[in-house]
Amino acid sequence: MIPLSWYLILAAALFSIGLYGVLARKNAVAILMGVELMLNAVNINLVAFWRYLDVDTVAGQAFALMVFAVAAAEVAVGLALFIALYRRRGTVVADEIDLMKW
Amino acid sequence: MSFFSDPVNSIILWLRNLLIGWGLSTGGVTLIMKALGVMVLSTLALLLVIFLIWLERKLAARFQQRLGPNRVGPYGLIQPIADVIKIFTKEHITPFGVEGFLYNLAPILSVAAVLMLWAVIPLYKGVVGADLNVGVLYLVAAGALGTLAILLAGWSSNNKYALVGAFRTVAQMVSYEVPTVISLLVPVLLAGTMSVSGIVEQQKVIYLLVSPVAALLFFLSSLAEIGRTPFDLMEAESEIVAGFHIEYSGLKFGMFYVGEFLHAFTVSALFAVLFLGGWRGWGAESFPLLGLVYFMLKSFLVYFLVVWVRSTLPRVRIDQMLNFNWKFLTPVGLILLVATAVVQKVILISGASYGVMVLSHLVVNVLILWVAFRIVETREARRPRRQPVAQPRPVARPPEVTQA
Amino acid sequence: MTVEQFVFLVFAVITLGAALMVVTDRKVIHSALWLILSLFGVAGLYVLLNAGFFAVVQVVVYIGAIAILFIFAAMLTRKAMEDVGPQVNPGWPAAALIGGVVFVALAWMLSHWGQFMALPPAFADDTPTLTQLGVALVSPDAYVIPFEIASVLLVAAMVGALYAAWGKKK
Repeated sequence: MIPLSWYLILAAALFSIGLYGVLARKNAVAILMGVELMLNAVNINLVAFWRYLDVDTVAGQAFALMVFAVAAAEVAVGLALFIALYRRRGTVVADEIDLMKW
Repeated sequence: MSFFSDPVNSIILWLRNLLIGWGLSTGGVTLIMKALGVMVLSTLALLLVIFLIWLERKLAARFQQRLGPNRVGPYGLIQPIADVIKIFTKEHITPFGVEGFLYNLAPILSVAAVLMLWAVIPLYKGVVGADLNVGVLYLVAAGALGTLAILLAGWSSNNKYALVGAFRTVAQMVSYEVPTVISLLVPVLLAGTMSVSGIVEQQKVIYLLVSPVAALLFFLSSLAEIGRTPFDLMEAESEIVAGFHIEYSGLKFGMFYVGEFLHAFTVSALFAVLFLGGWRGWGAESFPLLGLVYFMLKSFLVYFLVVWVRSTLPRVRIDQMLNFNWKFLTPVGLILLVATAVVQKVILISGASYGVMVLSHLVVNVLILWVAFRIVETREARRPRRQPVAQPRPVARPPEVTQA
Repeated sequence: MTVEQFVFLVFAVITLGAALMVVTDRKVIHSALWLILSLFGVAGLYVLLNAGFFAVVQVVVYIGAIAILFIFAAMLTRKAMEDVGPQVNPGWPAAALIGGVVFVALAWMLSHWGQFMALPPAFADDTPTLTQLGVALVSPDAYVIPFEIASVLLVAAMVGALYAAWGKKK
């Protein structure tokens, strides 16, 4: 029997790793990968809570499905933006995209 | 059940009793049985490829009005074995600068992705690798893994032709996943279950006759998924120097080759299972081994169709291919899906009989196909065409003889 | 250590190990490939949680589409000498500290929650979760509105992505 704590700690660890990826990486595509890791951690949490606390309803599953859809939409738009940005500025390093800085 | 009427299940039962008699726990027995099942199924599938190579070469030759291999063994049946021996003994040339692990992983992943498809195909009544209740979605997932394998192959080869070829191949495969999924949803709607063996059980009338447009869509988009002519840009030697597997030699290329043939046969088997009734036929319920014969016959029939199309049609350009996908297959698929869902719901509410349901689906399908063809015809007729140059231009002209 | 716990540990190691490699590998393409491995680990965890449908959807959506998008984007936005030099911001120790603090804070907060060590309730293998989910997604007194809004979001994302990546104005 796996207690719920194992899944929660795993999701928290995955979330923190994703957070480090977002804060520490220079390449914008790598930052987006960190965001994906965070979204996956959230999904694991949702499905684990559904399984352990609320198996008879579908709220957890429906919410997790929405997270899938939102993650897919966000990655599509984000990567399209990065590709357009690369064409304009020739770089996707986050520090060098500073046209709007004061 | 006697051994001859249902061999697989009787062997499974005998083996299970043997293992339990040896004192293993039920969990361990299940694990060993499943591992054995995986090994047997994979081995049989890969051995089948040897026969498929011979079949394809003979058929393609006959379509081109020549004989095909007929020297090595009776009717050339030993030829593929000679080919296999040749590929086994070729040198593995690893080019400079390849990413070692990914370079070796890609052909294995390509074959593994196809073998994974065999897990959910019911061979005959009651025999299926894993009766997943999301079998159809699992098919799509395994297809996605094949795409990944090609991307890895193209990128790890350290060769720009391989990379461009891999990009084009992945673009093609990912684009054609959309009509594949849409056309796979139609049997799911008709049968009411996503489990592949459940779909076979529900096919009192084969779904080819209930929803021919879905069958056509699935056939065409699967042809593009597996990279067969007319969609075989993936490995067009005349265009992109063999594409993503250009840097592979010896058995690694052999794995790609085997994977491609096996994928073609697997897709034929899937078509047979989803649209032709799989193992269903006269007497398949009472004499299950007959179901296996029916399944094989139907799969080979569809495979014959695949080879026939390959030998007959020319290759399409990539922009024509993508246009065909996004401007014809996907809209037709979406409209078909909505229409099928509506008809199914109306039939459910009105409580009509099975025959009425079949007929109404058939009528709706024919209507959709007719409207689609009319639209395409009018669009083609209105497209401005370049007029061909009237006079023929000779390539080489003999010098003028000046003297009389 | 039951078999289930062992399998969980295997998948957890795969997921977290690959995630660590995602955020620390120097080349972006390698990060994308490690991301694929991590997503496979998450799919395995879904299977352990009796959510087989989610495992397959994870493979189809994340690995079959999003990860391939990442690989494409990583390949298309790469200059020859891009992966040279530090791939992390100068303030990366602070980022690591923040990550660690968030993890510890989450773990501490959750451990003081009543049902932290809850065990899973029984779950019959033939519970029609798929049917329940399908019905819930289209039933008006369940989740049809979020479902429709998600569809609109996806269409908007498609249109937006197409427009953003189109290139020269035609």
